[in-house]
Amino acid sequence: MESVQDGPQIIYIDKHFIHEVTTPQAFDGLRKRGIPVFRTQHTVATVDHNIPTKDQHLPIREALSRHQVETLIRNCEEFGIELYGLGHPSQGIVHVIGPELGITQPGMTIVCGDSHTSTHGAFGAVAFGIGTSEVEQVLATQCILQTKPKRMRINVEGTLGKGVTSKDIILYIISRISASGGTGYFVEFAGSAIRSLSMEARMSICNMSIEMGARGGAIAPDEITFEYIKGRRFAPKGEDFDKAVAYWKSLCTDEEAVFDKEFTFDAADIAPMITYGTNPGMGIKIDQPVPEKGESGLDKSLAYMGFEKGESLIGKPVNYVFLGSCTNSRIEDLRMFCSVVKGKHKADNVTAWIVPGSKQVERQAKEEGLDRVLAEAGFELREPGCSACLGMNEDKIPAGEYCISTSNRNFEGRQGPGARTLLASPLTAAAVAISGKISDVRELI
Amino acid sequence: MEKFALLHTTCVPLPVEDIDTDQIIPARFLKATTREGFGDNLFRDWRYYPDNTPKPDFVLNNKTFSGRVLVAGRNFGCGSSREHAAWALYDYGFRVVISSFFADIFRGNALNNGLLPLIVSDEILSRILEGVQADPETEIIVDLENQEFSLPALGIKETFEINAYKKTCLLNGFDDIDYLLSRRDKIAAFEEKRATI
Repeated sequence: MESVQDGPQIIYIDKHFIHEVTTPQAFDGLRKRGIPVFRTQHTVATVDHNIPTKDQHLPIREALSRHQVETLIRNCEEFGIELYGLGHPSQGIVHVIGPELGITQPGMTIVCGDSHTSTHGAFGAVAFGIGTSEVEQVLATQCILQTKPKRMRINVEGTLGKGVTSKDIILYIISRISASGGTGYFVEFAGSAIRSLSMEARMSICNMSIEMGARGGAIAPDEITFEYIKGRRFAPKGEDFDKAVAYWKSLCTDEEAVFDKEFTFDAADIAPMITYGTNPGMGIKIDQPVPEKGESGLDKSLAYMGFEKGESLIGKPVNYVFLGSCTNSRIEDLRMFCSVVKGKHKADNVTAWIVPGSKQVERQAKEEGLDRVLAEAGFELREPGCSACLGMNEDKIPAGEYCISTSNRNFEGRQGPGARTLLASPLTAAAVAISGKISDVRELI
Repeated sequence: MEKFALLHTTCVPLPVEDIDTDQIIPARFLKATTREGFGDNLFRDWRYYPDNTPKPDFVLNNKTFSGRVLVAGRNFGCGSSREHAAWALYDYGFRVVISSFFADIFRGNALNNGLLPLIVSDEILSRILEGVQADPETEIIVDLENQEFSLPALGIKETFEINAYKKTCLLNGFDDIDYLLSRRDKIAAFEEKRATI
């Protein structure tokens, strides 16, 4: 919109998503200044981080969580913001409901007090995470101050092998670029392998842009994008849709565009991935051994995880499986999981949390009979929320236990103090859920 | 926000790389609805055992080290966007974090909360860590006005980079919201102009 002398630029925000964890202090700030929310119509609220994933119709048991959720409800009422709260038919994880409601559209600037806001970049939106003070800025003025980042393009060319998903693509990329390799950059994902992905698969990739330190990650919109958006509740309709598509088609990178850094990867090099360490960049192919050499934190990391250098992970028992999070909790992720477990049974040593990303995903899963497939295999379809991704609710991994998780972070204590997270795709998670140990899904399908 | 004044203090060394915001402030402490009190839970799981007894090996439990400057390994503050990480550091008493590399979102959050993220070269970082660990009383002077910091006993005197706008905000205790609120009419005009395109 305009630039500050020797400083950042003022960026107008088209959509501001908010949730219960990063907003209380922001609303307090508005209250202290005696000002309203500037543009309530561009503000979308949900509850996701703190809520239970079972018996959501009952009052939240944990007092602090209950208080934080009630605070958001009060704030939305007081300031006039639409809240997709508990009990709302469209409630869910913030980065799942935006796209599925057709709110997220190409070319928009989108922010949220959550680093996985980069998810919306899959639509060719400029989407990134912000802190609570910046949430207050956007609530107050619908604008934010930002310095322009550098540009990176990551091309993935070719065809993915059997059993390899978009989650494996992004884990592979981060293992090659490192958890800080994208810091200071905004990334564009391109290439034939990316183009062939569905919108949900693209979202999993853009979701984890932050895990390589990037401000955000985007994929240029195309026919797959337009088809996905068409007909959704907040998508433009009729003539307006055609006009929008004409505009969206213009939102692709010029042929002659120059990037500050560029990488190209071959899809054929990508196999089902798993992380062995305590940052998302510490990933290997499922059939590779734990590295002997690495960055300075390797020893500390392996000590926490209970792994040895050079050892193979296949065959190690895992007692917890989590299918969920804004990375992989959409209908295609549930279908992938079900395709592996159908007709088989959950291993006796496994406790599994299968958490859909939203009420809409939950409903669709039931319509498709996925809840029956899951039940017959010994799994339970729970209710939507961030759940075990960060253990703010009751879904915590006990200390010392391994959890194969379709989420996005494996930091020390992320899923509960002492918890040992192994990041993987929904297919790999399903293979582990059936065998009770780290497995290569390609042997099951 | 407090004005950032000339700082004469000592350093707390934390020579660990890739310190993520889940370590700085674990998720279970994000349920608070105010900005205060996060200092008690700074580095909670590195500082305390599950039964709340202090871990003797962690630097914050070591009385020989104290001060307003935290010196940490590269890629400090990676992971979640939780601004609570900056609040926890500030509430504990730190005013500067020195590292050779900061994660983007954390850097922005720190600058918005009176906490200065000071970037130095790998070499200087090593020298500071070595010097401070050898002598915990090593004095550091951080002069934001002149964009200079020094550790006289170690023979280190360096300038540092900071965005001019953010420097003004830190020195005067201004925050971005005041600035943006002053532009509200321009913002409304921008919206109108866009609607007619």
